[in-house]
Amino acid sequence: MIEQLLYAIEVSLNGLMTGILYSLVALGFVLIFKASGVFNYAQGIMVLFAALTLVGLQSGQVPFAHLINAIFGTHIYNFGWNLPAVAAIALSAVVMVVLAMAVEKFILKFLINQEPVILFMATIGLAYFLEGFGELMWGGEIKAIDLPLPVGISDTVERVTYDHFGYGFFIDRLDVAAACVAAVLVLSLVLFFQYSKIGRALRAVADDHQAALSVGISLRYIWVVIWSIAGIVGLAAGIMWGAKSGVQFSLSLIALKALPVLMLGGFTSIPGAILGGIIIGVGEKLFDFFMNPVIGGATENWFAYVLALVFLVFRPQGLFGEKIIERV
Amino acid sequence: MGDVAGSERASMGESKPPLMELRGITLRFGGVLAISDVSFDIREGEIRAIIGPNGAGKSSMLNVISGFYHPQEGNILFRGEVRPFMRPHRVAALGIARTFQNIALFKRMTTLDNIMTGRMTLMKSSFAAQALWWGSAEREESAHREKAEEIIDFLGIQAIRKVPVGTLPYGLQKRVELGRALAAEPRLLLLDEPMAGMNVEEKEDMSRFILDVNDEFGTTIALIEHDMGVVMDISDRIVVMDYGKKIGDGKPGEIRKNQDVIDAYLGVPH
Amino acid sequence: MLYREAGEFRTSYPDDSQTFPISFDKYRYYAILAVLVVVVPLVINDYWANAVLVPVLVWSIAALGLNILTGYCGQISLGTGGFMAVGAYGCYKLMTAFPDLNIIFCIVLSGAITAGVGIIFGLPSLRIKGFYLAVATLAAQFFLVWLFNSFPWFYNYSASGQITVPERTVLGFPVTGPYTEPWAKYLICLAFAFALAWLARNLTRGSVGRSWMAIRDMDIAAEIIGVNPLKAKLQAFAVSSFFVGIAGALFFSVYLGAVEASEAFGINQSFLVLFMVIIGGLGSIFGSFAGAAFIVLLPVLLKNLLVGKLSWPTDIATNSEFIIVGALIIFFLIVEPHGLAHLARLFKEKLRLWPFPH
Repeated sequence: MIEQLLYAIEVSLNGLMTGILYSLVALGFVLIFKASGVFNYAQGIMVLFAALTLVGLQSGQVPFAHLINAIFGTHIYNFGWNLPAVAAIALSAVVMVVLAMAVEKFILKFLINQEPVILFMATIGLAYFLEGFGELMWGGEIKAIDLPLPVGISDTVERVTYDHFGYGFFIDRLDVAAACVAAVLVLSLVLFFQYSKIGRALRAVADDHQAALSVGISLRYIWVVIWSIAGIVGLAAGIMWGAKSGVQFSLSLIALKALPVLMLGGFTSIPGAILGGIIIGVGEKLFDFFMNPVIGGATENWFAYVLALVFLVFRPQGLFGEKIIERV
Repeated sequence: MGDVAGSERASMGESKPPLMELRGITLRFGGVLAISDVSFDIREGEIRAIIGPNGAGKSSMLNVISGFYHPQEGNILFRGEVRPFMRPHRVAALGIARTFQNIALFKRMTTLDNIMTGRMTLMKSSFAAQALWWGSAEREESAHREKAEEIIDFLGIQAIRKVPVGTLPYGLQKRVELGRALAAEPRLLLLDEPMAGMNVEEKEDMSRFILDVNDEFGTTIALIEHDMGVVMDISDRIVVMDYGKKIGDGKPGEIRKNQDVIDAYLGVPH
Repeated sequence: MLYREAGEFRTSYPDDSQTFPISFDKYRYYAILAVLVVVVPLVINDYWANAVLVPVLVWSIAALGLNILTGYCGQISLGTGGFMAVGAYGCYKLMTAFPDLNIIFCIVLSGAITAGVGIIFGLPSLRIKGFYLAVATLAAQFFLVWLFNSFPWFYNYSASGQITVPERTVLGFPVTGPYTEPWAKYLICLAFAFALAWLARNLTRGSVGRSWMAIRDMDIAAEIIGVNPLKAKLQAFAVSSFFVGIAGALFFSVYLGAVEASEAFGINQSFLVLFMVIIGGLGSIFGSFAGAAFIVLLPVLLKNLLVGKLSWPTDIATNSEFIIVGALIIFFLIVEPHGLAHLARLFKEKLRLWPFPH
């Protein structure tokens, strides 16, 4: 029995690590939603795209190699260099900023004042576009991330816990590292949002587009900034998750879980995003742990969504959202 | 219009029984008191105005009547009986129709469809009959179409019958919205600032429509309006609200002399 | 001067509210119908049936279903793939449990089952709106696919985890299974598509359709003027899922013959149907067909062009399909939110005035 309990705790801890990663992606959503009112479905694909770009740049792949070879009958695949990790990350961040500018220039600019639902569907189109574009650019095969990240099971945690409880916890070093990075990012974003000048402008925009415009805040500049930040946050999430499970399409589905996280936490609340991520991360691991013998595995596929759904029926505004008073 | 018509009208609805009575209505949003212990009645066949400064709780009152807000205290009597807790669409089925302060038309539907939607509570043909477009469904549709056309004629909006209302100018939208409410053949018609944002001519048209509806169909009307001239002219009796309380109730002549009302409008410190 | 409404007088309200008020439209519609029913089955071959006509018809039905929910009632669903899976597995279970039951009934019944499931997943729509609801419908998508994969009862414990359709006939001709002639596949799908389009048209022109559109355009006002939101939304979910379920049943039994839930009914399928509706035109029956045709034919076209003509690798064709579809979605939302159907209407307007546009 005690064995079971300890095991459950271990599962929860693992869930906690995953949950923090969910929070990280969810944060990308919250930022964009607050600043532009856009519910960015493409955030998940942005994570994938960022990771693909990082791997491609680092290993010196030629972008659009397949297409170029097909058109010109050439056989180029690789520049034959390996970028240092830091340079590759920095360059990928630049690519994400360029992407943000493109999104603003080609999509958002034209959709100001549209209904939220239209914007939402446009981001689904963007997701579809990026999925094809990313694969055309870097190829569709599963890739590994080659960064000096800690890997394997943490011996220290196992030894310490074994000494104390007679049961060694298996905690992935990568998870711990990811959780730390995520925590730092989350914290710095919160600080940035609360205390910097741009952060204040962002909050003004989030509150009321028209009013923000009228005091001279450039909406389009803010949007580029916010989409860039979301892209860079996506890059961080892509690195962590890519290192965990390889860079492939399913990455975007994992990242998609940020959506139920947000529904749970309330779309405009940063603490909500963090707490929602942790609840879902821990919840899905525990649910799988307890229910696996009864209804079979792979419940992680849907648990988050069903939880959010059930939760919303009883509290439509989410954990931290304010109660909605309807008016006519 | 003019004063003569007003005083003539005021003598009309006096002996009639109340169609609706509101007793001790109190409405709160969280800690905010929107309406506090307000009582008044609306008599069969009269035009009843609710006036008061912005934020006095007039629109909230209308929302209470149409079942959109549910007051914490107080009773609503409709035709002499206490109305139980009801969802708005059930209230509509009782024969209470309304228009909105900020036009709430179905923007992507045509004028005709908007007006036909107003007849929703009167249309009875079943889901199956409509799915197969059996004779009964088609006949019902035509019969109601005829009624809708009467309203379109009455309001003089034939030309925009098949235009999506989202593209219409403001004044016409207001008219279509009145049409949609009339389409329900209501016993009680609630109008929330029917003349807001209109020019003098449009106001005159709208006043004429309201009086005609009241005369021709005998529809009881409760309206909120800021234009005092119009209110004094067309209404039989007036309720005055301020800060969620009722501060006056009576015929236009009495309201004009009521000291509380004058204070509220001229802003005497409380 | 070909296309005129002058001289067309309508003297009764039923005349005015018919589907094709202009007689030119009516005759053209009959002509197209005649070609579809009589000529096409005579000349159809395997390639045209399997690559073009049958998928277009099946997806059109799914798009019609989603259009009722999203285009008419304003509720976005990303669970279409999951509901198609319900139709497919329902059909499979019915076919294997009642081998004597006519396939037509099996398909209609599986639509009814899907309608029931749709109502359950539609219940939250009473509390949550807009994209919140869209995300909530993802729950249906992921849960339903997981369900059909995790419980072997659904696929009759087959070793592959797939469901494979048994042979069934209509009027003595096989319509499912490996011996089905292309024209039989085509005709049964055409019959369903026609019947369902007619049903959709009827539902959207009466008070049911108006209650949906009222909810879509302004739900609070709709409720205050007498639309029961519970009834309207659940009706829309039920009808929509009925259509989608039938599409799923046809997709499995007539079109593919064997499917596996996560492959055939994944989230990408849900998106494709949503795209069909957006590109075709929200709130348009013709648009559902146009959108489905567009989304089905685009990859066929790209494949023929890029892989067949230029002999590029297939993955480039697939990737470009994603890029083009994604870009088109954005383009349509920006430039023409009413989709192909509206473009067709504009073209008609032009034609009406041609050759004297002033």
